[in-house]
Amino acid sequence: MSCAGIPPFERFYESHSGVVLAFLRRRAGRDRADDLFQETFLRALRAYGRLEHGEHLRAWVLTIAANAVVDAARRERPTAELAVEPAVEDELPPVEELAQLTDGLPPKERAAVVLRYGYDLDYDTIGAAIGSNEQAARQAASAGVRRLRKEKEQR
Amino acid sequence: MTGIPTVLDERFRAAAAASGDLDVAYDVLDDTPVGPLLVGVSERGLCRVGFDPEPEAELERLARQFGPRVLRTPKALDGVRRELDEYFAGCRHAFDLELDLRATPEFHRRVLEELNRVEYGHTTTYGALAAQVGAPRAARAVGTAMNRNPLPIVLPCHRVVGANGSLTGYGGGLDRKEWLLRLEGALL
Repeated sequence: MSCAGIPPFERFYESHSGVVLAFLRRRAGRDRADDLFQETFLRALRAYGRLEHGEHLRAWVLTIAANAVVDAARRERPTAELAVEPAVEDELPPVEELAQLTDGLPPKERAAVVLRYGYDLDYDTIGAAIGSNEQAARQAASAGVRRLRKEKEQR
Repeated sequence: MTGIPTVLDERFRAAAAASGDLDVAYDVLDDTPVGPLLVGVSERGLCRVGFDPEPEAELERLARQFGPRVLRTPKALDGVRRELDEYFAGCRHAFDLELDLRATPEFHRRVLEELNRVEYGHTTTYGALAAQVGAPRAARAVGTAMNRNPLPIVLPCHRVVGANGSLTGYGGGLDRKEWLLRLEGALL
């Protein structure tokens, strides 16, 4: 059943499909972007019913798109990628590992840290993802890292 | 609407419909004789026929009742569109669609099932329906069930009239009720 704050998928798709396509074209080129676009939104659709809230959906779908780009690269160069990072099916994707680490951060800082260090997105894209601009994204990521460092020192 | 190439948009929507991951696939039929109709199907069957041309509230309601994965996918509604076209053309008198009434409360569902027996071109009354579901004093509750019918036209609440033969009310407006009854030859 639908939880409060989660829009019908149609609205989610209408709101973010343009940004996702632009992102994929930049990261993977025009030719591959079409296939990756479909894969991204099919993955999002599959996971959409398990969402617990409707915050930062743009950041969420961009992390799915970034994953799709990485997975496609792995498929094309499996041995080179496997040597560095085994593609194990049940391995937690980076966003989830980072999500656990950054659980206590304010939402914007958390999204900025996850997108920057989990997915290597540029600040421009992250700015769009958190509904702001490049500079705000840079500040949010750096504030998030400072906060994590402080928490670690206090432990 | 989405600002992405139409081919890409249509390809995704078709793939989503084929994926089996949708809670509700819907479409808006823009050119029916009774105005735009929003129609939705779940994996179990037809779950919504709506007269509201602005689908925002409908989509929210569908998401609440069936799950948030609600997407416009015209292909998934081909069968529904065909049967409605045939009905409006006067050559279909009964629908062969699977129906999903799981979001409808038990009493209303019983009333709607009884309503479904009222044949094309015939009418009944609120009181008669109430008696048929074993609640002869519940004519008013039957009226409420008609008003909240999630599948108007297909479950023919337009065939229910007042005891004196007056049209009384209709969720989609009395003009539409009158049009549907004339189509079926129940009004001259």
